[in-house]
Amino acid sequence: MNARDEILSRIRRALTAAPPATAAPATAAPAGAVSGAALVGAGAAGSGDVIALLADRLVDYKANVRHCPAGSVGSVVGELLAGATAVATPPDIPADWLSAWTGTVLRDGAPEPLTVARLDAPGVAALTGCAVAIAETGTLILDTGPVQGRRVLTLVPDHHICVVPASRVVAGVPAGFAALPDPSRPITLVSGPSATSDIELDRVEGVHGPRRLDVVIVVDAQ
Amino acid sequence: MTTVDRGSGHIVTPLPFPRYAARELGDAQLRTNLRRATHTIRDKRLRVVGEVPEWEALRWAGAATKDDALARLPALLEQFEAAATARGATVHWARDATEASAIVTDLVRSTGTTEVVKVKSMVTQEIRLNETLAEAGIAAVETDLAELIVQLADDAPSHILVPAIHYNRGQIRDIFRARMAGVDPDLGDAPAALAEAARRHLRAKFLTAKVGISGANFAIAETGTLVVVESEGNGRMCLTLPETLISVVGIEKLLPRFADLDVFLQLLPRSSTGERMNPYTSLWTGVTPGDGPQNVHIVLLDNGRTATLADPHGREALRCIRCSACLNVCPVYERVGGHAYGSVYPGPIGAIISPQLAGQDAGFNRSLPYASTLCGACFDACPVRIDIPRILVHLRQSGVDAKRGRPSAERTAMRALSFLMRDRRRYAAALRAARRGAAPLRLGRRRDTLRRLPWPLSAWTTSRDAPLPPGETFREWWSRERA
Repeated sequence: MNARDEILSRIRRALTAAPPATAAPATAAPAGAVSGAALVGAGAAGSGDVIALLADRLVDYKANVRHCPAGSVGSVVGELLAGATAVATPPDIPADWLSAWTGTVLRDGAPEPLTVARLDAPGVAALTGCAVAIAETGTLILDTGPVQGRRVLTLVPDHHICVVPASRVVAGVPAGFAALPDPSRPITLVSGPSATSDIELDRVEGVHGPRRLDVVIVVDAQ
Repeated sequence: MTTVDRGSGHIVTPLPFPRYAARELGDAQLRTNLRRATHTIRDKRLRVVGEVPEWEALRWAGAATKDDALARLPALLEQFEAAATARGATVHWARDATEASAIVTDLVRSTGTTEVVKVKSMVTQEIRLNETLAEAGIAAVETDLAELIVQLADDAPSHILVPAIHYNRGQIRDIFRARMAGVDPDLGDAPAALAEAARRHLRAKFLTAKVGISGANFAIAETGTLVVVESEGNGRMCLTLPETLISVVGIEKLLPRFADLDVFLQLLPRSSTGERMNPYTSLWTGVTPGDGPQNVHIVLLDNGRTATLADPHGREALRCIRCSACLNVCPVYERVGGHAYGSVYPGPIGAIISPQLAGQDAGFNRSLPYASTLCGACFDACPVRIDIPRILVHLRQSGVDAKRGRPSAERTAMRALSFLMRDRRRYAAALRAARRGAAPLRLGRRRDTLRRLPWPLSAWTTSRDAPLPPGETFREWWSRERA
């Protein structure tokens, strides 16, 4: 028998010899009762409460947060890019996000994909949007969808600026996952800058991923 | 009893737990480091768990989802295989550690590379993958900070989450200074400086690696998706930059639906590092053209998991999501550390996993279920409600049952006690005799205990004091006062 068939038959044997109890008796608490929304009261996606919670949680994990109206994204991004040598972006980055930036723009895939070496050059920052943000955990979800680009863009540069429209901010983890259109895309959850708890089990920011994470929350976006 | 196929690898303790424990307890620095780290993480975990009013409901949901997945594992594995294959992954199956390591080694060899980068993974340690790769001339570079520390120190991991928990910052600085090529000789012991040193050391390796090797925290049957939960970004590097990605996945990692991640990504980070969410979680499904590895392999591993599943009283150990919360709250682990368990799986969960995966007859695995006071803190902390104390008792019993009928000192002593205690007068006479015998031992003594008894009773006093018989029993007092 090959390994596959043998393992499957071992499992069937184990389950037949001692069948699991159907519907474990005390597992009364239904999964449906668990919702991140309960954590923030009536916090509807995009509401002021939820935005405030997201900002609080991001700052708690050492991300920098800026709020601005849609018309000011360009100037805020320009300020955040002070000191950068170049900005790497997905091909579909909105032009107005870069309206105040006069330096080099490295557009991935336009026409060639950016090399890892180019992204690793000193002073390169990455600018992207995100698919959805989860307030309760301070999490940005990137799924390589619109204005997000390939995973490498937000991994190799040491500075990531993520623009988050308020309408994309949900209360809890279940709502965040439910908002993803296609689970089979590469998906990255980002909660603060790179960190480690490996030394004496205390959190220290800054290992291999971007050590600086700026989040621009666009407050009046639809 | 039907026979089951046990696992092999680094899940067999070569010495009895008490022998290791005695050795580790002699290291005062180790105990200081462990106390500090476990207390830090306990407080953090309690704080973030306290933020979630429906935490208990989440624990129930996590347990129920895992039980459901285990109950229909064959169908879910086939569904996972079909979905992952449809997305361009190649799925392999491995009965045990040797088979899994051989599959991975052959895959690496076929790429022609001699160095691979690794994401921290318990299962690859379980199957001794690094050792097998080394024999084939392939260097496996551990990229998790704590794994890197342990690898540089030529030491063994001592914790599921933080393998270098037994070192403090000063010791880590010394290891880096002595063993890390090109490190600043004046490197300080600030954690940020140590993290920076690791970043510099590994950067070039990440950017040039041809092959990445990982485990997986979860595998989604519905979509064929794998999930890796991490902190530093080393995981993202290994999962994104190499051309080839090989992931070794225990068959118990299956979850039925994508939506099940809701529950587990709430339970795991809070239980594990005491964070609301870990910095990075990566999900990938087969191959995505133009983004990440184009050559994706998944090795589904049994290695004693089906044997564990065959025991209805022990199988809930397969719910484990390797968060390590049970280690951090365990009074035994806090004092002896992870090396005392002789397996890659230490602590309370290790005491029930190793003897089930590899069997109680393997090495001294039979001693592991005794590495507990049965205080129950592990069960309270477990995010998937594994009743660890109950399984410990179950394994102690089955361990004893397996030896029933053979002579043993313990059984002889118990039989003698049973004879004495079956009759009140016989018992009272024995107590009087014991008191008279012990009377000389009391002279000039303030304590009511003896540190050491002569052989064979020394077996009792190696790890505890023996009480002296009381000057008067309750029955004697009662008849003197009230009769």
